[in-house]
Amino acid sequence: MTETSPRTENPPRPLRVLAAMSGGVDSAVAAARAAEAGHDVTGVHLALSANPQSFRTGARGCCTIEDSRDARRAADVIGIPFYVWDLAERFREDVVEDFVAEYEAGRTPNPCLRCNEKIKFAALLDKALALGFDAVCTGHYATVVTREDGSRELHRASDMAKDQSYVLGVLDERQLAHALFPLGDTLTTKDEIRAEAERRGLAVAKKPDSHDICFIADGDTRGFLAGRLGTAEGDILDEAGQKVGTHEGAYGYTIGQRKGLRIGTPAADGKPRYVLDISPVDNTVTVGPAAALDVTGLTAIRPRWCGTPPEGSGRYTAQLRAHGEETPVTAEVREGELTVTFDEPVRGVAPGQAVVLYDGSRVVGSATIAATRRAGAVPAA
Amino acid sequence: MAYLDHAATTPMLPEAVEAMSAQLTRTGNASSLHAAGRRARRTAEEARETLAEALGARPSEVVITAGGTEADNLAVKGLYWARRAADPRRTRVLASPVEHHAVLDAVHWLGEHEGATVEYLPVDTLGRVHPEALREALARNPHDVALATVMWANNEIGTVQPVTELAAVAAEYEIPLHADAVQAFGQLPLEFGASGLAAATVSGHKIGGPYGIGALLLGRQYTPVPVLHGGGQERHVRSGTLDVPAIASFAVAGQLAAQRRPRFAEEIGALRDELVAAVHAAVPDAILGGDPDPAGRLPANAHFTFPGCEGDSLLLLLDAQGIECSTGSACTAGVAQPSHVLLATGTPPDLARGTLRFSLGHTSTRADVEAVAKAIGPAVERARNAGLS
Repeated sequence: MTETSPRTENPPRPLRVLAAMSGGVDSAVAAARAAEAGHDVTGVHLALSANPQSFRTGARGCCTIEDSRDARRAADVIGIPFYVWDLAERFREDVVEDFVAEYEAGRTPNPCLRCNEKIKFAALLDKALALGFDAVCTGHYATVVTREDGSRELHRASDMAKDQSYVLGVLDERQLAHALFPLGDTLTTKDEIRAEAERRGLAVAKKPDSHDICFIADGDTRGFLAGRLGTAEGDILDEAGQKVGTHEGAYGYTIGQRKGLRIGTPAADGKPRYVLDISPVDNTVTVGPAAALDVTGLTAIRPRWCGTPPEGSGRYTAQLRAHGEETPVTAEVREGELTVTFDEPVRGVAPGQAVVLYDGSRVVGSATIAATRRAGAVPAA
Repeated sequence: MAYLDHAATTPMLPEAVEAMSAQLTRTGNASSLHAAGRRARRTAEEARETLAEALGARPSEVVITAGGTEADNLAVKGLYWARRAADPRRTRVLASPVEHHAVLDAVHWLGEHEGATVEYLPVDTLGRVHPEALREALARNPHDVALATVMWANNEIGTVQPVTELAAVAAEYEIPLHADAVQAFGQLPLEFGASGLAAATVSGHKIGGPYGIGALLLGRQYTPVPVLHGGGQERHVRSGTLDVPAIASFAVAGQLAAQRRPRFAEEIGALRDELVAAVHAAVPDAILGGDPDPAGRLPANAHFTFPGCEGDSLLLLLDAQGIECSTGSACTAGVAQPSHVLLATGTPPDLARGTLRFSLGHTSTRADVEAVAKAIGPAVERARNAGLS
């Protein structure tokens, strides 16, 4: 772990801030805090769906008219101007189409990372900067640290339980220089954020959290993919290549998945089986025991670094999922590719997901997992 | 602050506030027979007479509604239903494509749900319907037309329609013509009786009266099927207890709007011309929307297209400078769409996204124009850098 220079909290200079407001409680409180800190804040809701559904019940996303109205209402209470920007076309191209293509290729993408990289801190940030704003503010739980030399670092949120630095691991230093995360130093529970919203008169205080992928209204990812990719029946195989069942599209599976396999033939040892491999080429899904999921290392592509790219081999911790544990690793960048070796094997690593490297609480960078090295007999995906 | 969005709503006139406040302290249902009811009715009927005079109509032709949208719906749907009931062949509705949504969506709804065949009349690049276009549409089959509707003046680009000529053509074929005159009232001479129109819509809050009150001027021979059923007020075509304070206030505002109109048109028209010149000086390639001839546009309207800009970006930048205006276009879920008015005039969609409407009113001053003159150049430059996302 490297020592970081003393943290400076929000820069003292009042900034012209564009607050991305989803209509949820976190981004509303973030915007309110930014305004309270003396910044000149303007709220913006991103319309990401070409055909916003009206008042959706049940599952909550970020694309409904109701969310747009909730965001507007929050902005009115905070007392800041509010606009709706239509980024539906960019979102469709950069996030939704990528999401579908990744699944089609047998990988498991993380659209939230993609959205932060391509939409919130690219399309939105670029437009904000062009219009004279200094920063984009979101309700993410993460901390931006300004070092003495003026450079920026991204760190985990003060509260590890709510930390969202993983989905921001794609941001480079230029993007970080214009990012404001007012919730990052919150050492409070979600209930306390809700209480703060209540105290500030924000009606979104009681609104349920969003969990699902915002562009899949009912949370049925497999159904969404089936609608886009059609059904393509194929075989489910065991490790020996024996057919144990059928599926309606290999894209509907994620490595490490156990539920919903609908395998007729039980395993010889009677133990649960997991998805080990997805092969879009021959449209097969391979299943096997949990132990076969153990991964000793991975290679990852498209690395993005928060600051100077690391040289040579180094010791880090890695996070492999949005709400995953961190695990100690040795990592090395070679010819634009990141090679990660785990100290102890980890289970259920899916190509397409991001590996985010940390040095202590500091985000070093991230890359998209391309292939894994298995401890067991199954060859790498 | 430079408030340049009077076409959205304009501050209430002090006289109108006073009239409303005075009535709010009194009670009485204008339909009641007792003294309180009689007093309320007298106030309402006097107000109706005042409005009729201001609009060149007979008092019995003033049907009070809860605003312009309701009056438009009553005219379009009510006349359609009544005409179709009298003759089932009459299901064709002629409308200009530059109507306000209160007409456009009502007409569209008739097409979707009531078996209407909606035909949009062609407009020129200024958004104007030519009487010959109406004649062509009517002459094709005068017997299947229920009604025609063409606004008196456009709310976005300010183009004035040749309403009396259109009404004369409609009269030749005995087809009722409705005109949404919400933007025209107070800016153009409005003589309902002389216009030859079957119906015309006016609204209170656009002329310095209160919100939530309007009227449909309705020729006495027309009995539209009601949209609201109930106690049978307002010639049985618009039920509901009369809102006496709002009606009294609307009448005061209407009377003043009519009285002050010639001077308003001259003074505000001159200020508008200054604004147009100032914008062109700062942004030479800004395109003035609508009729460049002042005689053909609302005196208080200035509408521009700024190539390479998004209207929303301009709005944000000007708002930050204390200048309040509008893109003039409607919103879906708050998302700016290219204006249907601009698209109808043949403006390419990308250009149509870069519009701003400045609308002046009775509180406008030279300082407002100067504020725009100062801010518009840098705002356009910045919005162009931000581009079209």
